[in-house]
Amino acid sequence: MRTKHLLSALFMAGALGLAGCGDKPAEESGAVIRIGSVAPLTGPQTHIGKDNENGARLAVDEINAQGLQLGGKPVKLELLGEDDQAEPKTATIVAQKLVDAGVVAVIGHLNSGTTIPASKIYHDAGIPQISPSATAVAYTAQGYKTAYRVMANDAQQGKALGQFAVVKMAAKKIAIIDDRTAYGQGLADEFEKAAKEAGGEVVAREFTNDKATDFTAILTSIKGKGADLVFFGGMDPQGGPMAQQMKRLGLSARLLGGDGLQNVNFLKLAGADAEGVVASSPGLPIDSMPGGPDFRKKFEAKYGVIQVYAPYAYDAVYALVDAMKRADSAEPAKVLAELPKVDIQGVSGPVKFDAKGDTVGGAVTLYEAKGGAWQVLETMK
Amino acid sequence: MDIFTQQLINGLVVGSIYALVALGYTMVYGILELINFAHGEVTMIGAMVALSVIGILMGTAPDLPGLMVVVAGLLLAIPACMALAFTIEKIAYRPLRKAPRLAPLITAIGVSIILQNLAMLVWGRQYVSFPAVLPRGQHEILGAHITDLQIVIVVLSLLTMAGLWLLVERTRLGRAMRATAQSREVAELMGVNVDRVISATFVIGAAIAALAGVMVSAYYGLAHYYMGFMLGLKAFSAAVLGGIGNIAGAMLGGLLLGVIEALGAGYIGDLTGGFLGSHYQDVFAFFVLILVLVFRPSGLLGERVANRA
Amino acid sequence: MPTGLDFFRERPRLAFVLLAGLLLLLPFLVGGGLGNAWVRVLDFILLYVLLALGLNIVVGYAGLLDLGYIAFYALGAYLYAWLASPHFGLHLPFWMVLPLGAALAGLFGVLLGAPTLRLRGDYLAIVTLGFGEIIRIFMNNLNAPFNLTNGPQGMNLIDPVSVAGQSFSSPLRIGELVIPSTYLYYYLFLAMTLLVILVAMRLQDSRIGRAWAALREDEVAAAAMGINTRNVKLLAFAMGATFGGLAGGLFAAFQGFISPESFTLWESILVLCMIVLGGMGNIPGVILGAILLTAIPEALRYIGDLQRAVLGHVVVDPADLRMLLFGVALVAMMLFRPAGLLPSRQRKREFGAQDAVAEQEQADLYDARA
Repeated sequence: MRTKHLLSALFMAGALGLAGCGDKPAEESGAVIRIGSVAPLTGPQTHIGKDNENGARLAVDEINAQGLQLGGKPVKLELLGEDDQAEPKTATIVAQKLVDAGVVAVIGHLNSGTTIPASKIYHDAGIPQISPSATAVAYTAQGYKTAYRVMANDAQQGKALGQFAVVKMAAKKIAIIDDRTAYGQGLADEFEKAAKEAGGEVVAREFTNDKATDFTAILTSIKGKGADLVFFGGMDPQGGPMAQQMKRLGLSARLLGGDGLQNVNFLKLAGADAEGVVASSPGLPIDSMPGGPDFRKKFEAKYGVIQVYAPYAYDAVYALVDAMKRADSAEPAKVLAELPKVDIQGVSGPVKFDAKGDTVGGAVTLYEAKGGAWQVLETMK
Repeated sequence: MDIFTQQLINGLVVGSIYALVALGYTMVYGILELINFAHGEVTMIGAMVALSVIGILMGTAPDLPGLMVVVAGLLLAIPACMALAFTIEKIAYRPLRKAPRLAPLITAIGVSIILQNLAMLVWGRQYVSFPAVLPRGQHEILGAHITDLQIVIVVLSLLTMAGLWLLVERTRLGRAMRATAQSREVAELMGVNVDRVISATFVIGAAIAALAGVMVSAYYGLAHYYMGFMLGLKAFSAAVLGGIGNIAGAMLGGLLLGVIEALGAGYIGDLTGGFLGSHYQDVFAFFVLILVLVFRPSGLLGERVANRA
Repeated sequence: MPTGLDFFRERPRLAFVLLAGLLLLLPFLVGGGLGNAWVRVLDFILLYVLLALGLNIVVGYAGLLDLGYIAFYALGAYLYAWLASPHFGLHLPFWMVLPLGAALAGLFGVLLGAPTLRLRGDYLAIVTLGFGEIIRIFMNNLNAPFNLTNGPQGMNLIDPVSVAGQSFSSPLRIGELVIPSTYLYYYLFLAMTLLVILVAMRLQDSRIGRAWAALREDEVAAAAMGINTRNVKLLAFAMGATFGGLAGGLFAAFQGFISPESFTLWESILVLCMIVLGGMGNIPGVILGAILLTAIPEALRYIGDLQRAVLGHVVVDPADLRMLLFGVALVAMMLFRPAGLLPSRQRKREFGAQDAVAEQEQADLYDARA
């Protein structure tokens, strides 16, 4: 009956392990504090995902180099990077994995579709989550005290874009396209609301998907309706060819987009046809921020060109560390209590949270593509 | 009217690319009854190789005319894809000829995953942009815009299909291919080297795929390791629509699918009073496909076979 | 050849007790040894086992190649979300919603199966693929003109399963022992899986099961033997879809959030890979396939640690390698065990037969399909 003994031994080990993994005081495990970072590192969004992780890593490396002291003892941050494949199911598995690994906080996830299901697990575990780039309104509307983000949400950005389109770009007949992702649709809906409120007329609402490259059919239809502005809620891989196809079809309307377009890759993909495209980005222009140009230099030396959200991931880490310093502890419960008080100057703008966990103010900056680079048009508050 | 003409042109250009890729599916299916899932990825590799060559040439010899650079890229992409398809067939499909039908389908999916991820390691996770080296001439016909590139794509596609038709109908290899498709055993008895014919089929399909890959990336101005999947899926649907195993069917299916998609996306919103919009573009394409298959279970030009299995 | 398996084969009762004990203790062993995340993986494995068993009825038993199976999973999940979330303000208990979801999926199985009755092989595959995509696209877009699915934003705050006041999404406390949520779902999923296995086994050995086998081997001969091929096919679609719908409901309750991203074509392909890899038509094989294909990608996350241990630093990003190795594993498995890891007895016989006979059989099959 040796099997029986073995089994009971295993059972005991299991039960002990179980009791152990309930609430592990992270500070006691040496002076290393683990922070999770989650983004898609495989699949079509890999390049943006890696960018987020690099942004967070840069911040962690800097903070470690400067030396962080909590509770009178020097501590070291360790970043655990995980891949959620931009897939909700995988997102919950890696979230659980990070919780098991005893992280005190998580920077992530990248997409709203993964951030929301994962937020439940962080909430249940009582650890703070700061998403650098999830913009769906629903994320912070769940009532979780653990959910934060450093980027203006779809409502904030869509509103700014809608007003800008009608007031500043003097658009009369507006066509709206979205890519049927949580991000694109959310932004486009908020844009539509704001544009209508400001007195613009929406003449066409068209749709594509986040794997498409051909937009000639919907653009031709938009041309037939005489639109003078096309708003696209989506990302650069679609926006680039869309800008080209607009020119090719002789569509004279201007293209306007959100932060999904306001990046270097869009300029590369659209080529000469990027000229005159307007796109927004939450926060203030990096180069006008104290420490901004410095951040760009350091990031580019280490990881190459900034894709999109690296500055936000970087700011998210600093916001988290600010809360840790205020709590003088890395214990999640204490950090959570201090997160609402966070007030730092990030490279993407000031970081401050409201009661829901959204960024206060949520400034949005508009850029125009001119001569192969993004030029600041203005910042809207 | 000009809007309608434009939609038609949009659809025909996309459709001729679908048709080119569909040829590869249909040829392989005709001979092996295998859905070569990796064919879309071969197209992607063609685009990537060509882009690399173009990039290198532009770096070393910036004075070369753009058209020549692109042709050079294409000339290297074609043998690269042919070698790739030859290897895939030899390693992943040939050992499974006598296996249950679904086994090679799974290896095909496996190969497709492998190629995607290898491409990601080699060419990176980013969308690669196609340099603006081609002339950007534009014409207006009946109020619709058409570019030189679009004309080139349609003409080259038609020429390729005609060439393939001649190859299959008028040459020894073509006869061997048709014989093998009819019955592998009998073809073997008649002295056809079946293995060689199957390899040739894969290799020819891959050469056409390379051409299609370069066209797609030039047309849309980008390439990406993921681009083969959707393209492959659409092309496969096109092949089935036309009647899989039938070369003329692949051409017809491709062109039809392209036009259906364009007209569907362009008009579905207005036709249904905004109830259905262009987000149902793919639904429209699949719906037509299903309708055709329900009423003509072997596709538009597929042969009606006695229902024996 | 005496092996450990024979030892248990002679003592079925002991084997049963050991297996039952192992299954009961598994979350504790896995959770204690590898952490709670692996119990979550275990939960997903069980969900995929359910899906694979359902698809196995369609593909493995009846021989109908279905590439849109995930649509039924989606239907089950969405029905659960409609009837038990703040979306419509309904909060029906899970024991009502789960059967309804399964029934809705079964109904759709018949509806979608009916037009495809005349189609064979790969034509059937592409049409089912089309149906799968159509359902996903509708789910993704039905937030307007009336908000049925909340579109790409997905449906959130779905009620967890709860029994006698104990919500499965919060840990169960019995005295000192705290049983986490993932463990509770494990036992629920395990119970469902055992139920489905039982049904699948009974079906396989029933008149219907034999009719499916006949249909799979030769449709014309089956019809000639007096089998109503239309009804038998529809029944296969319906049964398979029912299991898919059940799994979908469980998924919605477990995750608390669903969005169309979870129901892509890739998922259909993955489930198909599971049953082909494990051994079509053979229940233990299908289960093995589901376990492997769910666990392998998770296990491959550790290649980074392995590289660090062996080479001292990370040479290739593990995230880059993971899917690549998954692809290599698929190809390698098929090359070395084309009938699957645990082929059904019948298929084993086909393969084990003398080469000439096997070749002849294969040739006959080929001719029949041409």
